[in-house]
Amino acid sequence: MTWDWGYAQDIFPDILHAFIRYTLVVTVLASALAATLGLVFAVIRGAHVPVVAPLTTAFIEFVRSTPIPIQLFFMFYVLPSLGLTLSGMFVGVLVLGVHYSCYYAEVYRAGIDNVPKGQWEACTALSMPARYRWTHVVLPQAIRNVLPSLGNYVISMFKETPFLFLIAVPEMVQEAVAIGGRSFRYLEALTIAGLIFLVASYPAAVAMRKLEKRLGHA
Amino acid sequence: MATPETSTVDTPEGSRDGDKLIVFDKVVKRFGDNVVLRDLDFTVASGERVTLIGPSGSGKTTILRLLMTLESLDDGHIWVDGEPLWHMRKGDRLVPANEAHLRDVRTKIGMVFQQFNLFPNMSVLRNITEAPIRVLGKSREEADAEARELLERVGLEAKIDAHPNQLSGGQQQRVAIARALAMGPKILLLDEVTSALDPELVAGVLGVLREIAETTDITMLIVTHEMHFARDVSHRVMMFDGGQVVEQGPPDKIFGACDHERTKRFLHAVIEAR
Repeated sequence: MTWDWGYAQDIFPDILHAFIRYTLVVTVLASALAATLGLVFAVIRGAHVPVVAPLTTAFIEFVRSTPIPIQLFFMFYVLPSLGLTLSGMFVGVLVLGVHYSCYYAEVYRAGIDNVPKGQWEACTALSMPARYRWTHVVLPQAIRNVLPSLGNYVISMFKETPFLFLIAVPEMVQEAVAIGGRSFRYLEALTIAGLIFLVASYPAAVAMRKLEKRLGHA
Repeated sequence: MATPETSTVDTPEGSRDGDKLIVFDKVVKRFGDNVVLRDLDFTVASGERVTLIGPSGSGKTTILRLLMTLESLDDGHIWVDGEPLWHMRKGDRLVPANEAHLRDVRTKIGMVFQQFNLFPNMSVLRNITEAPIRVLGKSREEADAEARELLERVGLEAKIDAHPNQLSGGQQQRVAIARALAMGPKILLLDEVTSALDPELVAGVLGVLREIAETTDITMLIVTHEMHFARDVSHRVMMFDGGQVVEQGPPDKIFGACDHERTKRFLHAVIEAR
Protein backbone atom coordinates (compact mmCIF):
# COMPACT_ATOMS: atom_id res chain seq x y z
CA MET A 1 0.00 0.00 0.00
CA THR A 2 1.48 3.35 -1.01
CA TRP A 3 0.60 6.80 0.15
CA ASP A 4 -1.89 8.50 -2.16
CA TRP A 5 -1.53 12.29 -1.93
CA GLY A 6 -4.64 12.99 -3.94
CA TYR A 7 -6.78 10.78 -1.72
CA ALA A 8 -5.23 12.29 1.39
CA GLN A 9 -6.15 15.74 0.17
CA ASP A 10 -9.72 14.61 -0.49
CA ILE A 11 -10.33 13.24 2.97
CA PHE A 12 -8.39 15.84 4.96
CA PRO A 13 -11.27 18.37 5.24
CA ASP A 14 -13.63 15.72 6.65
CA ILE A 15 -11.14 14.61 9.28
CA LEU A 16 -10.30 18.18 10.24
CA HIS A 17 -14.00 18.93 10.48
CA ALA A 18 -14.53 16.01 12.88
CA PHE A 19 -11.54 17.26 14.87
CA ILE A 20 -12.91 20.77 15.27
CA ARG A 21 -16.56 19.84 15.60
CA TYR A 22 -16.10 17.07 18.18
CA THR A 23 -12.59 16.49 19.53
CA LEU A 24 -11.82 20.15 20.13
CA VAL A 25 -15.26 21.04 21.44
CA VAL A 26 -15.23 18.13 23.91
CA THR A 27 -11.72 19.02 25.08
CA VAL A 28 -12.57 22.67 25.64
CA LEU A 29 -15.87 22.03 27.41
CA ALA A 30 -14.61 19.11 29.49
CA SER A 31 -11.50 21.11 30.52
CA ALA A 32 -13.67 24.00 31.64
CA LEU A 33 -15.85 21.62 33.63
CA ALA A 34 -12.82 19.89 35.14
CA ALA A 35 -11.17 23.21 36.06
CA THR A 36 -14.31 24.50 37.76
CA LEU A 37 -15.43 21.35 39.51
CA GLY A 38 -11.88 20.47 40.55
CA LEU A 39 -11.55 23.88 42.19
CA VAL A 40 -14.81 23.37 44.07
CA PHE A 41 -13.60 19.96 45.28
CA ALA A 42 -10.24 21.37 46.35
CA VAL A 43 -11.77 24.25 48.31
CA ILE A 44 -14.29 21.94 50.01
CA ARG A 45 -11.45 19.71 51.12
CA GLY A 46 -9.08 22.57 51.91
CA ALA A 47 -11.67 24.32 54.09
CA HIS A 48 -12.44 20.99 55.84
CA VAL A 49 -16.18 21.44 55.34
CA PRO A 50 -17.73 18.84 57.68
CA VAL A 51 -19.46 15.84 56.08
CA VAL A 52 -19.08 17.25 52.56
CA ALA A 53 -15.27 17.08 52.58
CA PRO A 54 -15.01 13.32 53.35
CA LEU A 55 -17.77 12.62 50.82
CA THR A 56 -15.84 14.57 48.22
CA THR A 57 -12.70 12.59 48.98
CA ALA A 58 -14.62 9.33 48.63
CA PHE A 59 -16.11 10.46 45.33
CA ILE A 60 -12.70 11.45 43.98
CA GLU A 61 -11.22 8.09 44.94
CA PHE A 62 -14.13 6.28 43.32
CA VAL A 63 -13.89 8.17 40.04
CA ARG A 64 -10.12 7.85 39.86
CA SER A 65 -10.27 4.12 40.49
CA THR A 66 -12.66 3.33 37.65
CA PRO A 67 -11.70 3.46 33.98
CA ILE A 68 -13.13 6.06 31.64
CA PRO A 69 -14.75 3.50 29.27
CA ILE A 70 -16.83 2.04 32.12
CA GLN A 71 -17.95 5.51 33.12
CA LEU A 72 -18.87 6.32 29.53
CA PHE A 73 -20.78 3.09 29.02
CA PHE A 74 -22.57 3.46 32.30
CA MET A 75 -23.77 6.99 31.62
CA PHE A 76 -24.67 6.23 28.02
CA TYR A 77 -26.26 2.78 28.25
CA VAL A 78 -27.40 2.34 31.85
CA LEU A 79 -28.89 5.74 32.61
CA PRO A 80 -31.47 5.54 29.80
CA SER A 81 -32.88 2.39 31.44
CA LEU A 82 -33.39 4.57 34.51
CA GLY A 83 -35.25 7.09 32.39
CA LEU A 84 -32.39 9.51 31.75
CA THR A 85 -31.23 9.69 28.15
CA LEU A 86 -28.24 11.89 27.41
CA SER A 87 -26.59 12.65 24.07
CA GLY A 88 -23.16 11.20 23.35
CA MET A 89 -21.53 14.62 23.34
CA PHE A 90 -23.12 15.49 26.67
CA VAL A 91 -22.01 12.22 28.25
CA GLY A 92 -18.52 12.66 26.80
CA VAL A 93 -18.07 16.15 28.22
CA LEU A 94 -19.57 15.11 31.54
CA VAL A 95 -17.49 11.96 32.00
CA LEU A 96 -14.17 13.43 30.86
CA GLY A 97 -14.85 16.65 32.79
CA VAL A 98 -15.76 14.90 36.03
CA HIS A 99 -12.98 12.35 35.66
CA TYR A 100 -10.34 15.02 35.19
CA SER A 101 -11.84 17.26 37.87
CA CYS A 102 -10.67 14.62 40.34
CA TYR A 103 -7.10 15.00 39.09
CA TYR A 104 -7.47 18.77 39.00
CA ALA A 105 -8.64 18.72 42.63
CA GLU A 106 -5.34 17.09 43.62
CA VAL A 107 -3.34 19.58 41.58
CA TYR A 108 -5.16 22.54 43.10
CA ARG A 109 -4.65 21.04 46.52
CA ALA A 110 -0.91 20.88 46.00
CA GLY A 111 -1.04 24.51 44.90
CA ILE A 112 -3.06 25.52 47.95
CA ASP A 113 -0.70 23.65 50.29
CA ASN A 114 2.21 25.53 48.76
CA VAL A 115 0.83 28.95 49.62
CA PRO A 116 2.92 29.96 52.65
CA LYS A 117 1.26 29.86 56.06
CA GLY A 118 2.18 33.51 56.48
CA GLN A 119 -0.32 34.45 53.79
CA TRP A 120 -3.15 32.96 55.83
CA GLU A 121 -1.82 34.62 58.96
CA ALA A 122 -1.65 38.01 57.25
CA CYS A 123 -5.31 37.57 56.29
CA THR A 124 -6.20 36.81 59.90
CA ALA A 125 -4.23 39.83 61.10
CA LEU A 126 -6.25 41.98 58.68
CA SER A 127 -9.55 40.36 59.78
CA MET A 128 -10.29 39.30 56.23
CA PRO A 129 -13.38 37.11 55.83
CA ALA A 130 -12.75 33.47 54.92
CA ARG A 131 -14.31 33.79 51.50
CA TYR A 132 -12.10 36.71 50.58
CA ARG A 133 -8.97 34.83 51.69
CA TRP A 134 -9.77 32.09 49.25
CA THR A 135 -10.83 34.19 46.30
CA HIS A 136 -8.28 36.98 46.49
CA VAL A 137 -5.24 35.70 48.33
CA VAL A 138 -4.88 31.92 48.36
CA LEU A 139 -6.43 30.74 45.09
CA PRO A 140 -4.79 33.31 42.80
CA GLN A 141 -1.38 32.26 44.14
CA ALA A 142 -2.22 28.56 44.14
CA ILE A 143 -3.58 28.51 40.59
CA ARG A 144 -0.68 30.50 39.21
CA ASN A 145 1.73 27.93 40.61
CA VAL A 146 -0.08 24.92 39.18
CA LEU A 147 -0.97 26.31 35.73
CA PRO A 148 1.57 24.06 33.95
CA SER A 149 0.20 20.93 35.63
CA LEU A 150 -3.35 21.92 34.75
CA GLY A 151 -2.26 22.47 31.16
CA ASN A 152 -0.63 19.06 31.00
CA TYR A 153 -3.86 17.44 32.13
CA VAL A 154 -5.74 19.25 29.37
CA ILE A 155 -3.30 17.73 26.89
CA SER A 156 -3.73 14.23 28.26
CA MET A 157 -7.51 14.61 28.31
CA PHE A 158 -7.32 15.73 24.68
CA LYS A 159 -5.57 12.49 23.86
CA GLU A 160 -8.30 10.48 25.57
CA THR A 161 -11.13 11.92 23.50
CA PRO A 162 -10.99 8.92 21.08
CA PHE A 163 -12.64 6.92 23.89
CA LEU A 164 -15.82 8.73 22.91
CA PHE A 165 -16.14 6.46 19.89
CA LEU A 166 -17.37 3.91 22.45
CA ILE A 167 -20.53 5.92 22.82
CA ALA A 168 -20.88 6.70 19.12
CA VAL A 169 -19.56 10.27 19.12
CA PRO A 170 -18.14 10.81 15.62
CA GLU A 171 -14.92 12.37 16.90
CA MET A 172 -11.84 12.48 14.73
CA VAL A 173 -10.47 8.96 15.17
CA GLN A 174 -13.90 7.43 14.72
CA GLU A 175 -14.32 9.55 11.59
CA ALA A 176 -10.92 8.45 10.25
CA VAL A 177 -11.80 4.79 10.77
CA ALA A 178 -15.16 5.29 9.06
CA ILE A 179 -13.50 6.96 6.07
CA GLY A 180 -10.97 4.15 5.94
CA GLY A 181 -13.75 1.57 6.03
CA ARG A 182 -15.56 3.12 3.11
CA SER A 183 -12.60 2.91 0.73
CA PHE A 184 -10.59 0.14 2.40
CA ARG A 185 -7.70 2.62 2.70
CA TYR A 186 -6.84 3.23 6.34
CA LEU A 187 -3.28 4.49 5.94
CA GLU A 188 -4.00 8.07 4.92
CA ALA A 189 -7.00 8.61 7.23
CA LEU A 190 -5.32 7.32 10.38
CA THR A 191 -2.01 9.02 9.61
CA ILE A 192 -3.77 12.34 9.16
CA ALA A 193 -5.67 11.88 12.42
CA GLY A 194 -2.46 11.03 14.26
CA LEU A 195 -0.65 14.02 12.79
CA ILE A 196 -3.44 16.37 13.78
CA PHE A 197 -3.10 15.13 17.37
CA LEU A 198 0.65 15.63 17.20
CA VAL A 199 0.43 19.11 15.68
CA ALA A 200 -2.08 20.19 18.31
CA SER A 201 -0.54 18.67 21.42
CA TYR A 202 3.21 18.98 20.89
CA PRO A 203 3.36 22.79 20.80
CA ALA A 204 1.01 22.88 23.78
CA ALA A 205 3.30 20.56 25.74
CA VAL A 206 6.32 22.70 24.86
CA ALA A 207 4.45 25.83 25.93
CA MET A 208 3.62 24.22 29.29
CA ARG A 209 7.27 23.31 29.84
CA LYS A 210 8.25 26.92 29.11
CA LEU A 211 5.59 28.22 31.47
CA GLU A 212 6.80 25.83 34.15
CA LYS A 213 10.34 27.14 33.79
CA ARG A 214 9.24 30.74 33.91
CA LEU A 215 7.10 30.28 37.01
CA GLY A 216 9.90 28.31 38.64
CA HIS A 217 12.28 31.21 38.24
CA ALA A 218 9.79 33.91 39.17
CA MET B 1 -8.13 23.79 67.57
CA ALA B 2 -8.56 23.38 71.30
CA THR B 3 -11.30 25.57 72.68
CA PRO B 4 -11.11 27.16 76.09
CA GLU B 5 -13.45 25.83 78.76
CA THR B 6 -16.66 27.55 79.69
CA SER B 7 -16.14 29.52 82.89
CA THR B 8 -17.70 32.13 85.10
CA VAL B 9 -14.85 34.55 85.51
CA ASP B 10 -15.80 38.18 86.12
CA THR B 11 -14.39 40.98 84.09
CA PRO B 12 -11.00 41.65 85.71
CA GLU B 13 -10.59 44.74 87.81
CA GLY B 14 -9.88 47.78 85.71
CA SER B 15 -10.03 46.04 82.36
CA ARG B 16 -13.09 48.05 81.38
CA ASP B 17 -11.54 51.48 81.80
CA GLY B 18 -9.00 52.76 79.34
CA ASP B 19 -6.24 52.05 81.77
CA LYS B 20 -5.66 48.40 80.98
CA LEU B 21 -6.00 47.75 77.30
CA ILE B 22 -4.60 44.24 77.42
CA VAL B 23 -4.99 41.83 80.32
CA PHE B 24 -3.47 38.35 80.44
CA ASP B 25 -5.12 36.40 83.25
CA LYS B 26 -3.53 33.05 84.14
CA VAL B 27 -2.86 32.32 80.50
CA VAL B 28 -1.68 28.81 79.66
CA LYS B 29 -0.44 27.72 76.26
CA ARG B 30 0.90 24.28 75.46
CA PHE B 31 2.28 22.76 72.29
CA GLY B 32 1.85 19.05 72.92
CA ASP B 33 3.59 18.32 76.22
CA ASN B 34 5.59 21.50 76.04
CA VAL B 35 4.12 24.24 78.25
CA VAL B 36 5.06 27.50 76.54
CA LEU B 37 3.18 29.88 78.83
CA ARG B 38 2.28 28.89 82.39
CA ASP B 39 -0.27 30.94 84.34
CA LEU B 40 0.97 34.12 82.76
CA ASP B 41 -0.45 37.36 84.20
CA PHE B 42 0.34 40.80 82.90
CA THR B 43 -1.38 43.96 81.78
CA VAL B 44 -0.60 46.62 79.23
CA ALA B 45 -1.97 50.14 79.55
CA SER B 46 -3.49 52.04 76.68
CA GLY B 47 -0.76 53.86 74.76
CA GLU B 48 1.98 51.86 76.43
CA ARG B 49 4.84 50.42 74.40
CA VAL B 50 6.16 47.19 75.83
CA THR B 51 9.14 45.23 74.56
CA LEU B 52 9.29 41.51 75.27
CA ILE B 53 12.79 40.08 75.45
CA GLY B 54 14.13 36.66 76.31
CA PRO B 55 15.74 33.59 74.78
CA SER B 56 14.03 31.84 71.89
CA GLY B 57 11.33 29.49 73.10
CA SER B 58 10.59 31.72 76.07
CA GLY B 59 7.06 32.38 74.80
CA LYS B 60 7.36 36.01 73.58
CA THR B 61 6.17 35.34 70.06
CA THR B 62 3.42 33.06 71.37
CA ILE B 63 2.06 36.01 73.37
CA LEU B 64 1.74 38.06 70.20
CA ARG B 65 0.25 35.14 68.27
CA LEU B 66 -2.35 34.52 70.99
CA LEU B 67 -3.37 38.17 70.83
CA MET B 68 -3.63 38.01 67.05
CA THR B 69 -5.68 34.78 67.41
CA LEU B 70 -3.14 32.85 65.35
CA GLU B 71 -2.82 30.38 68.22
CA SER B 72 -5.61 29.17 70.44
CA LEU B 73 -5.69 29.59 74.18
CA ASP B 74 -5.44 26.48 76.38
CA ASP B 75 -6.44 28.03 79.68
CA GLY B 76 -6.96 31.40 81.34
CA HIS B 77 -8.34 34.58 79.80
CA ILE B 78 -7.12 37.39 77.62
CA TRP B 79 -8.97 40.70 77.67
CA VAL B 80 -8.63 43.34 75.01
CA ASP B 81 -10.22 46.74 75.52
CA GLY B 82 -12.61 45.34 78.13
CA GLU B 83 -13.73 42.44 75.93
CA PRO B 84 -12.67 38.84 76.38
CA LEU B 85 -10.69 37.85 73.29
CA TRP B 86 -11.07 34.08 73.26
CA HIS B 87 -14.44 34.05 75.01
CA MET B 88 -17.72 35.84 74.72
CA ARG B 89 -20.36 36.78 77.22
CA LYS B 90 -23.45 34.67 77.53
CA GLY B 91 -25.49 36.10 80.40
CA ASP B 92 -22.98 36.36 83.21
CA ARG B 93 -20.87 33.50 81.91
CA LEU B 94 -18.02 33.34 79.46
CA VAL B 95 -18.20 30.75 76.71
CA PRO B 96 -15.65 30.00 73.98
CA ALA B 97 -15.71 32.67 71.30
CA ASN B 98 -17.13 32.00 67.85
CA GLU B 99 -15.57 33.22 64.63
CA ALA B 100 -17.70 36.38 64.47
CA HIS B 101 -16.60 37.44 67.94
CA LEU B 102 -12.95 36.75 67.15
CA ARG B 103 -13.22 38.80 63.98
CA ASP B 104 -14.77 41.62 65.93
CA VAL B 105 -12.09 41.87 68.61
CA ARG B 106 -9.36 41.22 66.06
CA THR B 107 -10.01 44.46 64.16
CA LYS B 108 -8.55 46.36 67.13
CA ILE B 109 -5.22 44.60 66.66
CA GLY B 110 -2.66 44.79 63.87
CA MET B 111 0.46 42.74 63.39
CA VAL B 112 3.71 43.04 61.45
CA PHE B 113 5.47 39.75 60.80
CA GLN B 114 9.09 38.74 60.58
CA GLN B 115 8.59 37.54 56.98
CA PHE B 116 6.48 40.60 55.92
CA ASN B 117 3.74 38.37 54.42
CA LEU B 118 2.69 40.88 51.79
CA PHE B 119 0.31 39.49 49.15
CA PRO B 120 2.55 38.84 46.13
CA ASN B 121 -0.39 38.90 43.71
CA MET B 122 -1.33 42.49 44.58
CA SER B 123 0.31 45.86 44.05
CA VAL B 124 1.62 47.81 47.04
CA LEU B 125 -1.49 50.00 46.92
CA ARG B 126 -3.90 47.07 46.94
CA ASN B 127 -1.98 45.34 49.71
CA ILE B 128 -2.76 48.36 51.86
CA THR B 129 -6.30 49.17 50.70
CA GLU B 130 -7.95 45.73 50.45
CA ALA B 131 -8.67 45.21 54.14
CA PRO B 132 -9.93 48.76 54.81
CA ILE B 133 -12.31 48.39 51.85
CA ARG B 134 -13.47 44.82 52.46
CA VAL B 135 -13.41 44.71 56.23
CA LEU B 136 -14.00 48.29 57.38
CA GLY B 137 -16.24 49.15 54.42
CA LYS B 138 -14.32 52.24 53.38
CA SER B 139 -14.76 53.64 49.88
CA ARG B 140 -11.98 53.03 47.40
CA GLU B 141 -11.23 56.77 47.19
CA GLU B 142 -10.90 57.08 50.93
CA ALA B 143 -8.76 53.96 51.25
CA ASP B 144 -6.52 55.06 48.36
CA ALA B 145 -6.00 58.49 49.89
CA GLU B 146 -5.12 57.00 53.26
CA ALA B 147 -2.76 54.50 51.65
CA ARG B 148 -0.97 57.31 49.84
CA GLU B 149 -0.56 59.16 53.10
CA LEU B 150 0.78 56.06 54.85
CA LEU B 151 3.18 55.28 52.01
CA GLU B 152 4.51 58.81 52.21
CA ARG B 153 5.01 58.30 55.90
CA VAL B 154 7.07 55.14 55.36
CA GLY B 155 8.93 56.81 52.49
CA LEU B 156 7.61 54.62 49.68
CA GLU B 157 5.10 56.79 47.82
CA ALA B 158 7.09 56.15 44.63
CA LYS B 159 6.46 52.40 44.92
CA ILE B 160 2.68 52.60 45.05
CA ASP B 161 2.17 50.55 41.88
CA ALA B 162 5.06 48.14 42.39
CA HIS B 163 4.57 44.51 43.31
CA PRO B 164 6.17 43.11 46.47
CA ASN B 165 8.74 41.05 44.55
CA GLN B 166 10.10 44.29 43.07
CA LEU B 167 10.92 45.64 46.54
CA SER B 168 13.79 45.03 48.93
CA GLY B 169 13.06 43.29 52.22
CA GLY B 170 13.22 46.59 54.06
CA GLN B 171 10.78 48.20 51.64
CA GLN B 172 8.42 45.24 51.91
CA GLN B 173 8.46 45.52 55.67
CA ARG B 174 7.67 49.24 55.48
CA VAL B 175 4.71 48.42 53.26
CA ALA B 176 3.63 45.78 55.77
CA ILE B 177 3.74 48.42 58.51
CA ALA B 178 1.62 50.75 56.37
CA ARG B 179 -0.80 47.88 55.71
CA ALA B 180 -1.21 47.21 59.43
CA LEU B 181 -1.70 50.91 60.21
CA ALA B 182 -4.32 51.31 57.48
CA MET B 183 -6.71 49.29 59.64
CA GLY B 184 -6.40 51.90 62.41
CA PRO B 185 -5.51 49.39 65.13
CA LYS B 186 -5.45 50.30 68.81
CA ILE B 187 -2.75 47.71 69.32
CA LEU B 188 0.20 47.00 67.05
CA LEU B 189 2.13 43.75 67.44
CA LEU B 190 5.67 43.72 66.06
CA ASP B 191 7.09 40.22 65.81
CA GLU B 192 10.85 40.39 65.17
CA VAL B 193 10.18 42.73 62.28
CA THR B 194 13.85 43.28 61.42
CA SER B 195 15.16 39.73 61.97
CA ALA B 196 14.81 38.70 58.32
CA LEU B 197 16.42 41.86 56.95
CA ASP B 198 19.91 42.47 55.67
CA PRO B 199 21.74 44.62 58.24
CA GLU B 200 21.80 47.75 56.06
CA LEU B 201 18.00 47.70 55.76
CA VAL B 202 17.25 47.48 59.47
CA ALA B 203 17.71 51.18 60.25
CA GLY B 204 15.10 52.28 57.70
CA VAL B 205 12.43 50.04 59.18
CA LEU B 206 13.27 50.99 62.76
CA GLY B 207 13.23 54.68 61.75
CA VAL B 208 9.68 54.30 60.51
CA LEU B 209 8.66 52.59 63.74
CA ARG B 210 10.31 55.27 65.86
CA GLU B 211 8.37 57.92 64.00
CA ILE B 212 5.10 56.04 64.57
CA ALA B 213 5.93 55.62 68.25
CA GLU B 214 6.60 59.35 68.59
CA THR B 215 3.58 60.62 66.68
CA THR B 216 0.80 58.21 67.65
CA ASP B 217 -0.57 56.73 70.84
CA ILE B 218 -0.92 53.22 69.42
CA THR B 219 -0.22 50.60 72.04
CA MET B 220 2.68 48.42 70.95
CA LEU B 221 3.90 44.99 71.91
CA ILE B 222 7.34 44.49 70.47
CA VAL B 223 9.41 41.33 70.21
CA THR B 224 12.88 42.29 69.05
CA HIS B 225 16.58 41.69 69.47
CA GLU B 226 17.33 45.33 68.61
CA MET B 227 18.10 46.50 72.11
CA HIS B 228 18.85 50.13 71.21
CA PHE B 229 15.51 50.40 69.53
CA ALA B 230 13.80 48.74 72.50
CA ARG B 231 15.49 51.16 74.87
CA ASP B 232 14.49 54.20 72.81
CA VAL B 233 10.84 53.45 72.10
CA SER B 234 9.52 51.34 74.95
CA HIS B 235 8.05 52.42 78.24
CA ARG B 236 8.58 49.00 79.73
CA VAL B 237 10.72 45.96 79.04
CA MET B 238 9.63 42.48 80.11
CA MET B 239 12.17 39.70 80.36
CA PHE B 240 10.73 36.23 79.72
CA ASP B 241 12.13 32.82 80.34
CA GLY B 242 10.36 29.47 80.44
CA GLY B 243 6.96 31.03 79.77
CA GLN B 244 7.07 33.38 82.73
CA VAL B 245 8.12 36.95 83.43
CA VAL B 246 11.56 36.94 85.03
CA GLU B 247 11.57 40.67 85.62
CA GLN B 248 10.22 43.85 84.14
CA GLY B 249 10.74 47.56 84.40
CA PRO B 250 11.60 50.74 82.50
CA PRO B 251 14.26 50.20 79.83
CA ASP B 252 16.85 52.18 81.75
CA LYS B 253 16.48 49.81 84.66
CA ILE B 254 16.50 46.58 82.63
CA PHE B 255 19.33 47.59 80.33
CA GLY B 256 21.23 49.52 82.97
CA ALA B 257 20.83 47.73 86.28
CA CYS B 258 18.70 44.63 86.05
CA ASP B 259 18.10 42.57 89.18
CA HIS B 260 18.27 39.07 87.79
CA GLU B 261 21.29 37.09 86.79
CA ARG B 262 19.21 35.47 83.99
CA THR B 263 18.46 38.87 82.42
CA LYS B 264 22.07 39.94 82.74
CA ARG B 265 23.31 36.80 80.98
CA PHE B 266 20.72 37.13 78.23
CA LEU B 267 21.50 40.77 77.51
CA HIS B 268 25.18 40.04 77.57
CA ALA B 269 24.74 37.24 75.02
CA VAL B 270 22.57 39.39 72.73
CA ILE B 271 24.94 42.35 72.82
CA GLU B 272 27.96 40.09 72.29
CA ALA B 273 26.33 38.66 69.19
CA ARG B 274 25.91 42.06 67.56
